[in-house]
Amino acid sequence: MTDKVLTRITVNGVLHERWVEPRQHLVDYLRDELGLKGTRSGCEHGVCGACTVRIDGDIVRGCLTLAVQADGARVETIEGVSDSGEIADLQHAFLESNALQCGFCTPGMLLTADALLKSEPAASREQIREHMSGNYCRCTGYHAIVDAVESTRETRRLAGCGGDRHE
Amino acid sequence: MNDLVAPPVVAEAAAPPHIGRRVVRPNARRLTEGRGTYVDDVELPRMAHVVYLRSPHAHARVVSVDVTAAHAMPGVIAIVDGARLAQVCAPFVGTLSHMVGMRSAPQYAIAIDRACWQGEAVLAIVADTRALAEDAVETIVVEWEPLPAVADMETALAPQTPVIHAELGSNLCYHRELDTGGVDAAFAGADVVVEETYVFGRHTGVTMEPRSVLADFNPAERRLTVHHSHQAPHMMADLYARQLGLPEADVRVICRDVGGSFGIKVHAYADDFATVALAVLLKRPVKFVADRLESFVTDIHAREHRVKARLALTREGRMLAFDIDDLTGIGPYSMFPRTSVVEGNQVVNITGGPYNHPEYRAKLDVVFQNKVQTSQYRGVGHPVACAVTEGIVDLAAVRMGIDPLELRRRNVMEDDSYPRKGASGIVLEKLSHQQCLAKLETMIDYPALRQEQAELRKKGIYRGIGIAVLIELTNPGAAFYGVGGARIAAQEGATVRLDPTGVVHCAVGVGEQGQGTETIFAQIAADEVGLPLAAVRIITGDTAVTPYGGGTWASRGAGIGGEAVLQASRQLRTNILALAAAHLKRDAGELDVADGKVRDRATQATLVDFAELGRIAYFRPDLLPQGFQSELVVTRHYSQRTYPFVFTNGVQASYVEVDIETGFVKLLKHWAVEDCGRVINPLLLDEQIRGAIVQGIGGALFEECLYDGSGLLRNGSMADYLVPMASEMPDIEVAHVETPTRTSELGAKGAGEAGTAGAPAAVMNAINDALAPFDVRVTAQPFTPEKILRALNKI
Ligand code: FES
Ligand code: FES
Repeated sequence: MTDKVLTRITVNGVLHERWVEPRQHLVDYLRDELGLKGTRSGCEHGVCGACTVRIDGDIVRGCLTLAVQADGARVETIEGVSDSGEIADLQHAFLESNALQCGFCTPGMLLTADALLKSEPAASREQIREHMSGNYCRCTGYHAIVDAVESTRETRRLAGCGGDRHE
Repeated sequence: MNDLVAPPVVAEAAAPPHIGRRVVRPNARRLTEGRGTYVDDVELPRMAHVVYLRSPHAHARVVSVDVTAAHAMPGVIAIVDGARLAQVCAPFVGTLSHMVGMRSAPQYAIAIDRACWQGEAVLAIVADTRALAEDAVETIVVEWEPLPAVADMETALAPQTPVIHAELGSNLCYHRELDTGGVDAAFAGADVVVEETYVFGRHTGVTMEPRSVLADFNPAERRLTVHHSHQAPHMMADLYARQLGLPEADVRVICRDVGGSFGIKVHAYADDFATVALAVLLKRPVKFVADRLESFVTDIHAREHRVKARLALTREGRMLAFDIDDLTGIGPYSMFPRTSVVEGNQVVNITGGPYNHPEYRAKLDVVFQNKVQTSQYRGVGHPVACAVTEGIVDLAAVRMGIDPLELRRRNVMEDDSYPRKGASGIVLEKLSHQQCLAKLETMIDYPALRQEQAELRKKGIYRGIGIAVLIELTNPGAAFYGVGGARIAAQEGATVRLDPTGVVHCAVGVGEQGQGTETIFAQIAADEVGLPLAAVRIITGDTAVTPYGGGTWASRGAGIGGEAVLQASRQLRTNILALAAAHLKRDAGELDVADGKVRDRATQATLVDFAELGRIAYFRPDLLPQGFQSELVVTRHYSQRTYPFVFTNGVQASYVEVDIETGFVKLLKHWAVEDCGRVINPLLLDEQIRGAIVQGIGGALFEECLYDGSGLLRNGSMADYLVPMASEMPDIEVAHVETPTRTSELGAKGAGEAGTAGAPAAVMNAINDALAPFDVRVTAQPFTPEKILRALNKI
């Protein structure tokens, strides 16, 4: 087996220094090393989006990224953005629209939707559907997810904060 | 605070009832914050991980296994084969006695000597981590002797086809015939006869959270605790106890958050027994979480039916008789304990279900093959029966030049004709086909849609409208499983308790897999006890603390579980009133409950709140009259015994555009009118229906487990197996007709599966309507661009 590598990753604002196996994926690092179970593993081959996290502000698939690739980077997970309140409006909209059932896909959906609303503050319903297509949901039928993202787009537009990155 | 009667305060308006309102799920917030707990999130001291070595062949004998290198790998705890596990866990057979004549062979937790499908486990490798176990698997050398595989169900019964289980004598699992007697005469006398064959590809549930089980055996007290991603915890506790020879009282099954189930997680898998048996054998917790690749070859599949259908009508378009012949392939073993014949059986029971035809004949053959086992998945037979029925009704409409909506109007059972029987013998309490059709027609503005379609057609744009009327069986009694000898509870229980702070806790046997079950139970308890929703807590998913129940299946959670909650809550309200009367020295008849407070019925003045009553009952019973004992815990049970099932009905419409150059189908819009009786929470209900519709659409357009001729799955990964994505799905509009069932006071029927039942038929009919100008039809699901182009003779 390959030797472990020392990695320094700032996860949700906390610096973690760990020896990790070079083959370990970021999603497993977060879940197994740090106990951050909110990031889910749905397919382990980059298709479903359940493992979505942010590295240095951009969303990535935690199952396609190795932990060592995040060395020196800032990683944010659903736990971090929930604690900071950064996507509270989107989370609220998901509840109000019942845009989740089992909730397994939801952390990934939320981070993906938030990334869209930040890059495309005026995204149309079709654009939302298009953008969310890399995130699978087996429960909802997507309609309510699209509703929730649309309604957050509106609240953010009214609040004049669309496009803001809370950094 | 003193112990005297609180002075009356100003009368308050009663809070609006919670039942019927769009109540947001209180338990969903933690899921939006990533704070749910699915099985894989649970970690226990000394927990080991198991990986199963699975057969790469559809049918093969294990000649030899060399594990020498694996034993020397780091972190490896044990390598266990089927023979060793069989000493701990007894084999099981998936048959039900009321499916007369059905057979299956004993199945082991881990296969012994022979694998009967690609994916069947033959060896368990237990290690400190999943990764280490996988490393060890890589080093194991298995010598296989491939055996001839039965892949094609059409030839499974042919004399030259090898028999999978020699002791059964053939590959036939079950055969059933149903005949009202006058079918041949009806066809002979008919003005119009239409005939068509429908094919349904295999597909599977693809729950986002894979099947997961964490078995924790404590050898000191011989108690087993299983954390399970499952729909039926009590059933699993019973089965673990039986198969492993433990007292059921010492087996506890805990289902916390379940990441999607859809029937995939209502079965007892060989992997489940193996994992639990390993925990017993190794005296430590063992976790198994299927990875996505093994999900595709071990989660149950569903469908794979071929149905030949005929329909006889008069020249006025009156239906006289349906005649069907269904063949379905179920894998090498009937699934335990619910069997693999229920889907075919439902096709027989339900085909033609919405209509008035007097004669009906059905033939069913269920055959074994060397593929993944099939069994109950959302809709169970309904999507097949509905597509056959509605497909052939549409074919008749086309042949006769009658508008498809009109042909249905002429033949659906009249809303005032209930209770009654259907031609297959099913008993129907009360349905509302006529109201639903009328509502749908307005909802979709049918004439305008037809006009748009006609105009676009002139421009070479091919759109189609598809309609599907459906019935769905829900709220089952013991007819499904209990009468066949399976220990699957048909009743449900609820325990409600008022605690000293005035909060009501309600424990129910039916659990939550995201549908909102806990929320609707809280709504019912809030209304029936009489307190705010925020003062209700629901407990589900733990056999140690909830009343014994059947769990989630056959759309029974709301109707059966909800009624138990209603009955228990009503009694608790009565008991609270009795306590208040004793405390206030009033007659209980003069008192009323609302919003967590006891009021004077006449003046509506608040007299005392639940917290104060709780305080007195628990801490100061000395203040209550001698001879009065408060009872603030109530359990009530409910089982639906009036009918075998309570049927629901609905109608769906699909609007599609078919690109005749590429064969691509664009879903423009989908509508559903659904009658599931009393609506408890429209917000949750509508999303249930939408989710179910999308799963139905998945089977109709994208999803198929593609096998080659030797029984090997060719597309067993999420990249290759297509599921519906957000961009491909239409907006889905949902409306309701409410015909409450009289079998319960709640009046709710099931709603979770009807979407899946009707969607494939609606989409198929829409595609064929779009293709009508070319006089071609497609009838083999999924309707891929390739199949459409072939039908159009373009490839
Ligand atoms: S788990 Fe990473 S995309 Fe599915
Ligand atoms: S809510 Fe279950 S997968 Fe999306």
